[in-house]
Amino acid sequence: MGKLTWSAIPFDQPIPMTASAVMLLGIAAVLVWVVLKGHLPYLWREWITSVDHKRIGVMYCMLAAVMLVRGFIDALMMRSQLALSTGGAAGYLPPEHYDQIFSAHGTIMIFFVAMPFMIGLMNFVAPLQLGIRDVAFPTLNSVSLWLTASGVLLVNVSLIIGEFARTGWLAYPPLSELQFSPGVGVDYYLWALQISGVGTLLSGINLATTILKMHAPGMSYTRMPIFCWTALASNLLIVAAFPILTATFAMLLLDRYLGFHFFTNELGGNPMMYINLIWAWGHPEVYILVLPAFGVFSEVISTFSGKPLFGYRSMVAATMAICLLSFLVWLHHFFTMGAGADVNGFFGIMTMIIAVPTGVKIFNWLFTLYGGRVRFTVPLLWSLAFMLTFVIGGMTGVLMAVPPADFVLHNSVFLVAHFHNVVIGGVLFGAFAGYTYWFPKAFGFTLDERWGKAAFWCWVIGFYVAFMPLYGLGLLGMTRRMQHSVEPSWTPLLHLAAVGALIILAGIVCQAVQLVVSIRTRQRRWDVTGDPWDGRTLEWATPSPPPSFNFSVMPNVTGEEAYWGTKQRAIKEQRLADEPQYVPIEMPLNSPTGFVTAFFTTVTGFALIWHIWWQVAFGLLGAFATFVVFAWRDRVEHEITAEQLAKIDRERRRVRTEALANRVPPA
Amino acid sequence: MSSSEATLTDRAAVHDQGAKPSGQPSKRILVGYGFWVFLLSDIIMFSAIFAAYAVLSGATAGGPSGAQLFHLNVAAIETACLLLSSFTCGLAAIAAGVRSQQWTQLGLLVTGLLGAAFVALEVREFAAMIAHGAGPQRSAFLSAFFALVGCHGIHVSAGLLWLGTMMAQLYAKGFRADIMRRLLCFNLFWHALDIIWVGVLTVVYLLGAGQ
Repeated sequence: MGKLTWSAIPFDQPIPMTASAVMLLGIAAVLVWVVLKGHLPYLWREWITSVDHKRIGVMYCMLAAVMLVRGFIDALMMRSQLALSTGGAAGYLPPEHYDQIFSAHGTIMIFFVAMPFMIGLMNFVAPLQLGIRDVAFPTLNSVSLWLTASGVLLVNVSLIIGEFARTGWLAYPPLSELQFSPGVGVDYYLWALQISGVGTLLSGINLATTILKMHAPGMSYTRMPIFCWTALASNLLIVAAFPILTATFAMLLLDRYLGFHFFTNELGGNPMMYINLIWAWGHPEVYILVLPAFGVFSEVISTFSGKPLFGYRSMVAATMAICLLSFLVWLHHFFTMGAGADVNGFFGIMTMIIAVPTGVKIFNWLFTLYGGRVRFTVPLLWSLAFMLTFVIGGMTGVLMAVPPADFVLHNSVFLVAHFHNVVIGGVLFGAFAGYTYWFPKAFGFTLDERWGKAAFWCWVIGFYVAFMPLYGLGLLGMTRRMQHSVEPSWTPLLHLAAVGALIILAGIVCQAVQLVVSIRTRQRRWDVTGDPWDGRTLEWATPSPPPSFNFSVMPNVTGEEAYWGTKQRAIKEQRLADEPQYVPIEMPLNSPTGFVTAFFTTVTGFALIWHIWWQVAFGLLGAFATFVVFAWRDRVEHEITAEQLAKIDRERRRVRTEALANRVPPA
Repeated sequence: MSSSEATLTDRAAVHDQGAKPSGQPSKRILVGYGFWVFLLSDIIMFSAIFAAYAVLSGATAGGPSGAQLFHLNVAAIETACLLLSSFTCGLAAIAAGVRSQQWTQLGLLVTGLLGAAFVALEVREFAAMIAHGAGPQRSAFLSAFFALVGCHGIHVSAGLLWLGTMMAQLYAKGFRADIMRRLLCFNLFWHALDIIWVGVLTVVYLLGAGQ
């Protein structure tokens, strides 16, 4: 069994054992419930083997939501530890455990919360907005999802069997080399991220191809909704940046497994090369996450202001400018490397330049709101909070782009405050805005507004209480990744930050309650028309939830804001366009390929971590066999007849016509 | 790949519905496009390893350098094998265009054999270097060398596995539209590996042996 023995399970440590027990019990309870209720065949048929981009998008978001809870528990443990270990006290988490927690927190929040949430939204929304029936490669899409899930599983297994990395979320060498991290923690980190990274890359290829090549008739690039543009930019960045991550991790793996010397301290190895390579991926990654969020805010602000987005073309230009510039700023993550004044000066100036297109976007959003009939719904509240918060985070970022200032602030908790400021304020608020905005499209009923607002206020206030003190602490000289502190003047601020984390906890509880309450009262909140917010883009032209093929007849796009134009014409004429002719279509068959592949990659990854070589061979062989079986299929599509299409579409037309009667044509 | 690809594409288009009535691109165009995007990402991965090699190429740590290790005649034979295999791969595509099972299989077989010869030569070169104490653990330069050249070699080996599977499939199922698309992708993949090999030959062997 390689390095795996019973001693790998930490029986003597109560905290991970309790956590694992709770997690295992939770999983077991869900499984038992699913099996006893007879939901298993349904789940297998309709979700696990689904190649429908909407279901895959929903599953990505569910994965992200579950991992958000896991990552947040890590955050609570860190904040409480730091609040209890001030002025020389020891706290309750020993350093080796604390180091695993901050590494796991960062890894999980970026790779398994922010990434799947954004990929999920892009998967769900982009094909609907483009007016097409699925992504370019539906089965590949399912493979991507399950590879991400495979990485998630490996990270969580490390809680029970063995340990996780203690090297921070980017595993800098030489600390992450075998000499200084001989355990399996770094291997868990590397293999989990390699597997999920391949999933992300495949998803990026899929969505980039989809957005570039597949549009409804008449939807040229300059008529695509802005969310599709930001999704395109994000996926192009995935295609261009994730291979660098794969290569970098492969080099570190070679160092650890086969004694190579890429990043070691001896025989010519160069640890700083790792740091350059990882940030050549890492900085574009920041924009991979935030660009789709910018897209969400654009859609939300435009819809709830009742106006077209201000400066659509400048928004597109700003998005693509960010896409390009994001590859030219990586060195600002380590000005202290000592590359010299010229190099630091160049990257400092580039960093300030990349703030310009972001500023353009902020003004576009402000001008969209200006003069609009603004409806203060939950998605719009998230967007407003984002604008305020992100500007503050952006300004502290520009501050640190000045190399001399960065030499003072580097690796302080000022930096921690800055990136939480932009990632929570930008990506997470965007995810929550998108979740609330598109939830009725996905499930057919709206989310409860009151609990949503409660969650919003808890999150926003909690965020400021938790992270503003960190700016102060950073300026006072507190460095990041400290397990305890001795400076008594820091104590009040650390206590305040812990209170902030508790307020955020209240926000998460409100979100859970909101979901339960909304499901229970769904009879009162059905989205009958499929257009609950008076939307402007094509996803609102479909019923909620949309049928598997999205559109019975592909929409014909004649201008920007495809759906808005059609809708206004219908209101004016008080009738829908004439019933189209329905033509039978082919849709891809469901396939267990993704799930089975992920099973074998999990087996392989686990075996590689523990050096169980026969199991590695078994896993690889299984993955290859799955690939062959998939390639050998004879039937790949099933037909949806014209009658089926007509039946669903006539029902949609009936509801829409009824809704028209309530809409007064503009004078 | 101009004329052979064109033939493959034109003929396959007949069996792949061309453009659909709704103005959507055909599956062949989508698959080819997506595979190009994949190849670009693969080339970016290689460029990261190339960059690492460039940084570490002088870091011999007192061990042997490229000038002492590289035999240009072996590299020349390897190059010949790969370039010839690309030619036969193109021939196989032409044969597939006229639906000749026999000639397609023969073209693919020769492609595979030449690819296998390339891998065998590379393995022999690696084994000899390791036997002389110039393995990847010796210095950062050698680590980067084995990783870069080995990564290309692994790509070729994976291509051989793909090739074998595809030959079996072609034999069992004939010239189906999806198999024609896979043949197109394989051609793209195989030519892309040539491009990368030209980079390896120049940056590693020619520049290294001349130092």
